[in-house]
Amino acid sequence: MTKYETIIGLEVHVELATKSKIFCGCTTEFGGDPNTHCCPICLGLPGSLPVVNQQAIEYAIKAGLALNCSIANYSKFDRKNYFYPDLTKAYQISQYDQPLCLAGHMDYELDGQTYSVRINRIHVEEEAGKSVHSGDNILGSEFSQMDYNRAGIPLIEIVTEPDIRMPAQAKAFLEQLKANLEYIKVSDCKMEQGSLRCDANISLRPVGSTEFGTKVEIKNLNSFRAIERALEYEEQRQAEVYDQGGTIYQETRTWDEKLGVTVTMRTKEEADDYRYFPEPDLPPLIVEQSWIDEIKATLPELPLARKNRFIEQYKLSDYEASLLTATQELADFFEAAYQSFPNAKELSNWLTGEFARLLNASNLTIPEIPVQPGDLAELLSIVKDGKISGNQGREVLGMMFDSGKKPAQIIKEQGFEQISDTKELEGVIDQILSTYPDEVKRYQAGEDRLLGFFVGQVMKETKGKANPGLVNQIIRNKLLADQ
Amino acid sequence: MGLSKYSVTQLQSKLEQQQITSREIVESYLQKIEQSNNNAFITVTADLALQMADESDQRRKEGRLLSSWDGIPIAIKDNISTDGIKTTAASKMLADYIPPYDATVVSKIKAAGLPIIGKTNMDEFGMGSSNETSAFGRTLNPVDPTRVPGGSSGGSAAAVAGSEVPWSIGSDTGGSIRQPAAFCGVVGLKPTYGRVSRYGLFAYAPSLDHIGPITKDVQSAAALLQIIAGSDYYDATVAKQPVPDYTQALQVDVTNLKLGLAKEYFAGLNSEIKSAIMQAINVLASAGAEVTEISLPMADYVNDCCLLLSCAEASSSLARFDGVRYGLRVTGTDSVEMFKNTRAAGFGPEVKRRILLGTHLLSAANYQKYYAQAQKVRTLIIQDFAKAFAKVDVIVAPTTPTTAFEFGSKIDPQEMYKSDFYTMAANLTGIPAISLPCGTDTQNLPIGIQLMGKHFSEETLLRTAYTLQELNSKQVKNND
Repeated sequence: MTKYETIIGLEVHVELATKSKIFCGCTTEFGGDPNTHCCPICLGLPGSLPVVNQQAIEYAIKAGLALNCSIANYSKFDRKNYFYPDLTKAYQISQYDQPLCLAGHMDYELDGQTYSVRINRIHVEEEAGKSVHSGDNILGSEFSQMDYNRAGIPLIEIVTEPDIRMPAQAKAFLEQLKANLEYIKVSDCKMEQGSLRCDANISLRPVGSTEFGTKVEIKNLNSFRAIERALEYEEQRQAEVYDQGGTIYQETRTWDEKLGVTVTMRTKEEADDYRYFPEPDLPPLIVEQSWIDEIKATLPELPLARKNRFIEQYKLSDYEASLLTATQELADFFEAAYQSFPNAKELSNWLTGEFARLLNASNLTIPEIPVQPGDLAELLSIVKDGKISGNQGREVLGMMFDSGKKPAQIIKEQGFEQISDTKELEGVIDQILSTYPDEVKRYQAGEDRLLGFFVGQVMKETKGKANPGLVNQIIRNKLLADQ
Repeated sequence: MGLSKYSVTQLQSKLEQQQITSREIVESYLQKIEQSNNNAFITVTADLALQMADESDQRRKEGRLLSSWDGIPIAIKDNISTDGIKTTAASKMLADYIPPYDATVVSKIKAAGLPIIGKTNMDEFGMGSSNETSAFGRTLNPVDPTRVPGGSSGGSAAAVAGSEVPWSIGSDTGGSIRQPAAFCGVVGLKPTYGRVSRYGLFAYAPSLDHIGPITKDVQSAAALLQIIAGSDYYDATVAKQPVPDYTQALQVDVTNLKLGLAKEYFAGLNSEIKSAIMQAINVLASAGAEVTEISLPMADYVNDCCLLLSCAEASSSLARFDGVRYGLRVTGTDSVEMFKNTRAAGFGPEVKRRILLGTHLLSAANYQKYYAQAQKVRTLIIQDFAKAFAKVDVIVAPTTPTTAFEFGSKIDPQEMYKSDFYTMAANLTGIPAISLPCGTDTQNLPIGIQLMGKHFSEETLLRTAYTLQELNSKQVKNND
């Protein structure tokens, strides 16, 4: 690979998480019986007309701002004409030469290095329907059926500049992009449901050359792993062609996941002429600067920036900070709890440990759980003060998840308050030691592990309320003093 | 039951005085349709119309009328979506297509209580100027059955002219309301682009398509526009501004109104039409209007520009008829073959010609040369009219270069397209235009005069047209 430099650019399609479709009021909910989320508009019935969903535009602008794009105050929609059964009007309403977002960039990290990829444009368009083939694929099928539930879901297409230099970077870029888009809540970015899809352009050129080689487009990339593998394969294939003095032709290839190869789908000569022209059914898209500013104001700190701030400000490790900033809600929760419990390390341990386990088990999201950041902070303060044990703390947190009660109330109701009164504990300990004279002798003879036995007996006697640290200390002192 | 001779206004007052019922009106027109050989209708919705008439009569009894026109039946061009009623666009492609939704104009018509009597014949998908391209047979001109009724709203115009319905709805992409209105001797109004919602109108060329009334007189054109105009959530190109009360505009008053005569429109004009127009201008001038000569230097480019843009848009708008979801399907070994077979069988020759032309014009190699160039020309035409309207209120022009021609006389498509020479500018610019009868030629065929106004100046147009109509009828009475 040292002879050639790999040049990669990506085209990422992202379904926007609006409630209704881009040009009609139908739901965008995933699934549903075929053709039940449809109306005359998304079915493209004769006479129907599109009306732009403002929320889709808002989300697209939000995505554009998150990727540092400039937002066009004037953009327009165009018709992209082609025949395909999943396309109800036989044209897709898209944006051709005047897209909504232009000239941005996005940073991502790989192996501790930060890279930047320039974004050429983001445009808004509509999703097509879905073909359901009677066989495994279209060629082997006797018939195909159409499901238009998906038709008309808003999409953005993010087009990068050819700034990516290796397959692993493409994957890392996409992971960061997904995190960013999830963070700003414009898409759920589920590749398995098709709400994030990616086509890749790849070319090779001799190291040191400034001109681009002929690019090949790869489609049918259904996971981040597939993208990396397909690009690795294609990088290798192109290098071999060049090594043998061959020529790479501009073409579209499809990734065969099973065989792990790319195969020619169509050549440049077979490429469609989409006959783009301005969509006469929609007026130009005029976006007031004040609206852009409003949206900008709602934009949260993005994951990478936030992670770096967490490392800096809270002295957390890269790993801890990554976990805590994985979702906006968790990061917000952390920062809110930190206000009352300013021990980042301890808070991080709890949030990424027991809290994460409980959250996961509950199948809820952070805004849905009854536990407030202040509640967790209170609980951790109680544990830290030694009023209850760590184990009890975990138990209390579980009950907080279940009941929504405050930690103090649960501790009281459960009688979890620890006995830290030395005199009271000494009484219990004296009684235990006198019950087990043989064990006392054995301990004093050097059988150290019996300490745990005594502590256990004290805990049993106090129904677990004894402060275990204190019990340990008192027993050790007593037995040593008796020697 | 000779109710069909009455005007909408007369029917309205007879209903008010309870001399007749809506059912009687509908029955009378249904009988007229039954007796007619004009083939103005593709579908007659007798049962629906009678049911709607009964409902109207019931409302009248209970004193809860939906509008002042409640109970007066109407016909709708067959390229406008009607829920549960077959809507074919006069194409084999949609011969059995029953839409599941109402166009906005249809909803408004229902909300006004107008019984829908049927769907009118037309040129296939609006592509034609003679009704000869209909897949369901040509419509005859009630004035002279050897002649075309005009097109594409030929059925709507012929139905009104032949008293098969008191009024009707047409659509106009290059003159399709006004030209047949002129050929049949009735009133046709193409409102400002955006005044009437297009939702439910089967698209031919969306930037040029309009819906409007075809009526016997100017009063009912104003009334029907009142019913169908207004903003609509379902059409992003519709105007949000409020709809004025058009009946207020029905006054004989053209004092100080500035009329413009474009010299380009009169050079080489058929002398009979020219003298009819000049006579009308004299009538208006003697009533106080000022007449000014103006120039529309781009006039000769209007036809090509409109044809080019309409074909380009049509090639895309009609692409959805692929046999997959509704309408005709002719199967094939794969989907592409199915598309080809379906479209080959479903579209008539004129539609195919325009789709082919439009596809060619939009292709990457030709886009700049034709489509982009035509858009620039369109801008120049818009500027032409803006300049003219800085000087005058209304531009007076012929509606058509000839009166109704004989069937089969315009085999050359280029010749046919010329029939819209005077009407296409209003589609390209989006300005309102009305055609009303203005005498007859020596063969007794109706001549139409066209009035064009500034955007949203329907009131001025209606007032001018009403003045002309009233003064002309007074003159006719005096001559009698």
